[in-house]
Amino acid sequence: MEAKVLTEHYDKDEYRFLDGYKKHGGYQMLEQAFKMQPKDIVEQVKSAGLRGRGGAGFPTGVKWGFLPDNGEPRYLVCNADEGEPGTFKDRLMMERAPHQLIEGMIISAFATGSHKSYIYIRGEYNYPAEVVKQAIDEAYKAGLLGKNILGSGFDHDMDIYLGAGAYICGEETGLLSSLEGKKGQPKLKPPFPAIKGYLGKPTIVNNVETLAAVIYILRDGVEGYRKFGTEKSAGTKLFSVSGNVVKPGNYEVPLGYPLMDLINNECGGLKPGRKLKAVIPGGSSAPVLTAQECLDATMDYECLAQKGSMLGSGAVIVMDDSNCMVDSLSVLMHFYHHESCGQCTPCREGTGWLNKIVHSIAKGEGRLQDIDLILKVAENMKGRTICALSDAAALPAISFVSKFRDEFEFYVREGRSKVKGVSYAEM
Amino acid sequence: MFKLSDSGIEFIKKELERYESKLSAIIPALYRVQKEHGWVSPDAVVFLAEIMDIPESQINEVLKFYTMFNQKPVGKKHVQVCCNLSCAMNGGRELVDHLCKSFNVKPGEVSEDGQVTVTAVECLGSCGTAPMMQVNDAYYENLNHESAVEIIKKLEV
Repeated sequence: MEAKVLTEHYDKDEYRFLDGYKKHGGYQMLEQAFKMQPKDIVEQVKSAGLRGRGGAGFPTGVKWGFLPDNGEPRYLVCNADEGEPGTFKDRLMMERAPHQLIEGMIISAFATGSHKSYIYIRGEYNYPAEVVKQAIDEAYKAGLLGKNILGSGFDHDMDIYLGAGAYICGEETGLLSSLEGKKGQPKLKPPFPAIKGYLGKPTIVNNVETLAAVIYILRDGVEGYRKFGTEKSAGTKLFSVSGNVVKPGNYEVPLGYPLMDLINNECGGLKPGRKLKAVIPGGSSAPVLTAQECLDATMDYECLAQKGSMLGSGAVIVMDDSNCMVDSLSVLMHFYHHESCGQCTPCREGTGWLNKIVHSIAKGEGRLQDIDLILKVAENMKGRTICALSDAAALPAISFVSKFRDEFEFYVREGRSKVKGVSYAEM
Repeated sequence: MFKLSDSGIEFIKKELERYESKLSAIIPALYRVQKEHGWVSPDAVVFLAEIMDIPESQINEVLKFYTMFNQKPVGKKHVQVCCNLSCAMNGGRELVDHLCKSFNVKPGEVSEDGQVTVTAVECLGSCGTAPMMQVNDAYYENLNHESAVEIIKKLEV
């Protein structure tokens, strides 16, 4: 069953505008937040167990707690650089409920003592950015942004910044480099952005869905928020389901929800006559699950980690038996090679070689030893770089090859796909 | 000689003041150049360096890193078709082939009449409505071969 907490009013057009948003309870929690002590809000977010919804799943309240108390100005940055293949939930949130994001951000800014925030939106999201921009204008006019918000004495300015096409800017330090007007290359951590972030100042970077969820932690209280989800994966989550299902789309369900229910109930199952082959449960960087592994998988951080994959951004890519795993991996490796920022050798070279090797197999020019070479190259890319992109390319490669090795071997031996009707597509 | 409209120059001057770091104005400035000229030429970089008082090398660093800036001319209708996994599974790559044939153009090149460029691109965040394309600023989703051609033909630019 869907559990619409964040998305309860997404079907109403008026919800996109200030009046409509207020009609459905909008900005009431901001007023309540101003009656609280900022540190109590941070504690409440910690106790609620909210974890980052962008991909890494880091506890939000803990992240906020890292801010140093040194009197430096602090920045809040919303990561709306949604680029993880398979993910399209932040776009929905910005298009349907821009004020929800703004309210969540003002509350979060108040809790963390920040007087300036940026919403960094990927450049291709021209329309969502326009919707958010109009909402910010509305909020300024209504005294919800700027000086002395709602008479609270709290000042906060908010602006948007458009990226220009780079997956790596979804990585928080890459995003900050980009926001600073440079190429979006990630920075070595530590120091983490909470200590030295935007222009060297303490900065909190949170995903769109994470910031919006803060509102409902205040509204429902820790217990109310924890009514959904599991002990370690609290609350609801938006899942973007795509691929071979009858009804792809965004679905908000409690964390811990069975993967097969999501596919069969919410998404209408597979197309007639098709069998499930595999699912990528958390965006293209998440190791693939076999159909067998999907049977008892639940959509929470622990279960998917236990299965050697991850919840990631909540992008569920469902693959039926019409897909060739060699072909699919060639698409993914092309992507990571294209998006590697190039500063770390294992990633720059590794993604290049993985792309070349997988494509040579998909062209029918592979050698049997190339299959182990994929694993060897991928192993050497893990944990040796500044950011997680290298691992994000290596892990899917390892999972595809080790779980569907027969398809790779067949392709090498026969020079063609084991799956009927699949031929090599030049990228 | 490269030129930008007066309102374009005024926009860039405002962007230079808008952010904590003036370098942050580079991306908006490049967008503005592209909006007026369709692409960012080497001359445009020299021009921006001059009016923004930022070294050319820093502008080039940004220009060459991000894929949305066209470093060569594109057609008036810049068609970008997502070919990442969810779209590839739903015919994104075949759509690129079909559009290239329909408009008699090779991927990434400009059609003879200067109207159309078709490019295969990475994930555009529209995976649940595949296949899809972006034409200039707008998304078009749930396409088939016929509807995509029709949309491009009918679009007025």
